[in-house]
Amino acid sequence: MSAIKPSRLLIAGLAAIGLTTAAQAADTITVVSWGGAYTNSQVKAYHEPWIAKTGNKINSEDYNGGLAEVRAQVEAGNVTWDLVDVELADAVRGCDEGILEPMPLGELPAGTDGTAAKDDFIAGTLHECAVGQIVWSTVYSYDTTKVATKPTTIADFFDLKKIPGKRGLRKTAKVNLEWALMADGVAADKVYEVLATPAGIDRAFAKLDTIKNDVVWWEAGAQPPQLLADGEVVMTSAYNGRLFNAIVNEKKPFDIVWDGQVWDIDLWVMPKGSKNKAAAMDFVKFATDTERLADQANYISYGPVRKSSFAKVAPAMQPHMPTAPVNFKNPLQNDFGFWADYGDELNERFNAWLAG
Amino acid sequence: MAAITENDGLMRAADGTPLKQALARATRMNKARAFLLTTPLLAFILVTFILPIGMMLFRSIEAPEVSEAFPKTVAILEQWDGVGQPSEEIYASLAAEMADPENRFKLGKAGTRLNYIESGFRSLMNKTVRRIKRVDAGPYKEAFIKIDKRWGETDTWKIIRLAGDPYTYRAYLNALDLTQAPDGNIVAQPEIKQIYVTLFERTIFVSIGVTIACIALAYPISYLLATLPSGTSNLLMIFVLLPFWTSLLVRTTSWIVLLQTNGVINDILVSLGIVGTDDRIQMIYNMTGTFIAMTHILLPFMVLPLYSVMKTIPRDHMRAARSLGANPAIAFGRIYLPQTIPGVGAGSILVFILAIGYYITPALVGGQDGQLISNIIEYHMKKSLNWSLAAALGGILLAGVLALYWLYNRIVGISNMKLG
Repeated sequence: MSAIKPSRLLIAGLAAIGLTTAAQAADTITVVSWGGAYTNSQVKAYHEPWIAKTGNKINSEDYNGGLAEVRAQVEAGNVTWDLVDVELADAVRGCDEGILEPMPLGELPAGTDGTAAKDDFIAGTLHECAVGQIVWSTVYSYDTTKVATKPTTIADFFDLKKIPGKRGLRKTAKVNLEWALMADGVAADKVYEVLATPAGIDRAFAKLDTIKNDVVWWEAGAQPPQLLADGEVVMTSAYNGRLFNAIVNEKKPFDIVWDGQVWDIDLWVMPKGSKNKAAAMDFVKFATDTERLADQANYISYGPVRKSSFAKVAPAMQPHMPTAPVNFKNPLQNDFGFWADYGDELNERFNAWLAG
Repeated sequence: MAAITENDGLMRAADGTPLKQALARATRMNKARAFLLTTPLLAFILVTFILPIGMMLFRSIEAPEVSEAFPKTVAILEQWDGVGQPSEEIYASLAAEMADPENRFKLGKAGTRLNYIESGFRSLMNKTVRRIKRVDAGPYKEAFIKIDKRWGETDTWKIIRLAGDPYTYRAYLNALDLTQAPDGNIVAQPEIKQIYVTLFERTIFVSIGVTIACIALAYPISYLLATLPSGTSNLLMIFVLLPFWTSLLVRTTSWIVLLQTNGVINDILVSLGIVGTDDRIQMIYNMTGTFIAMTHILLPFMVLPLYSVMKTIPRDHMRAARSLGANPAIAFGRIYLPQTIPGVGAGSILVFILAIGYYITPALVGGQDGQLISNIIEYHMKKSLNWSLAAALGGILLAGVLALYWLYNRIVGISNMKLG
């Protein structure tokens, strides 16, 4: 039993402690985002320049959205994520529940044109616990080689006669219910008003019923371009950045229908109790300045949230932005307040509707 | 050691202690040593398995958010008779607790909890919290009702009173498609929201189906493996084990490639002229896909125990039965089959329990009607963050598996099970 002498153990232990302290001399922060082409754009536009400037390291991880991991880490008192890229509804909810750190909004740098940060960010993209980065959009896309008549409106997505074949939709109530109402003739600015009434909900589900048997449901953002490429569907809802990647980088014969696009924003949040708060906050300030946000839009077609960044986006990328005037004709902003209130109930009904 | 007999008639060990005592001590020591040796494993299981499961299950009955955010209001509401509007005292107390800066982060959690009972409560709370801070003096009742008329409704307060209880079985009600009305009565959920009972039934149905399919497919394979010469059977065994060692995700994705509308199988069928180009068979993103992929993935769990049992059955038994006049069917049914039952039992229980908790495969190939209960548990864990409901659904599933295990033990006997 004397194979290991206590003194040796002690030395090994001390050496291990020494190693960890040495590693902590340069900060390593863990930044979590959605993976794929989107994370790549962030690595190129934010991570690499920040690493070069500060000498710190970034451990980049992928996740699939939602607050489950953040809440689990905060409740267990073992926070390993320093920054997370979340949707607005999750940022608001996480802040309300006290699992996110407040953000130093006053310390964000002014725009390159001198506008103070609070005026430079588009209204609604700064939050007590979150700093906005991009505008993204859910649109639908079709394979130009597979359809006889080209769809142009959101109503066409629900029109089985005009365009027969399977359609892809995300397996959640959000966006699908809004689209169903818009396809049924509700104006974009009235959608949430109608959806807040029982009759409106019934109307949305009735419209979804008309295509229920022809829908392939997807869950991860990378799935819809693949379904379209495999010929499993003739058209599908998808995030516009993923489609940009498939169309421009992978040269797929897809086309985007911007009519009825539902746009939302993504923000940085910090789980409460982050161990590298100072370094992570420095990263947020760095990554959301005018130049970085404009640069990010060069790699993927998500729009910057700073007004001063618009003009700096490369001209070749301009027409692919959700906010480009030609695309922004009939948009709907995702209403996080509505979904915070009715999300549980509508998703419950949606799941029951799916299973039934 | 030889025992010495002394004049009191007791058998004694060499050191003079009575033999009975010495023996008991020796057994005790052995038991203690055996227990000590298993302590690390026991501690490991306790810390990494029993404890987390227990803590998770505890969440299904725990709902402290409302009573933590509004301890005083909840206490006064207990005394309220539940008729009409509550007194000014209750309104004033709620206003004070909403304005308390200490409460900033408790309010959101309380709102979420109330929203589980009644949709729209979250925004009602947020709106009221924002505005009530600006009200410096009473009467608070009017101020509340001016902010939102729901504060004047009896049901709103009954729901707060209901949610004020830090322990509740409401999550279990929801998990069984029931709900608690504001007055506390238990009623069925409206039909458009009923889902969990259907999913439980479907999960059990699919698991039984997959288990039967696995028995049907694995029985001949295992028989072949057990009776062929070892060279050939080893080669065949590799064909069984190779997919077993491959990642679950890879196997599921391979099925997508094979089964999808423009996949390998449909292409072959079309090129053979069996189906037309326009009516390719939908074999994936539905129940068929879930069933096929799950059966394939779980097949080795049936083959391996069956094979190990069949390997031990002497071939002479069948020959003896035949030579005594039994025809092949009777010889199989009366001699061979009963001896393989421990293997069938072990395989079935493994496959069934694994199938009942399956979620990656149904999530990927299940489409809309191929979803199982685990998918909805995952949804509540990761998306809706309603961990109480997820824990309650998981608890019911766990209880179901334990009940089946008990039943199996009563009918077949767990000691009859051979895992290999």
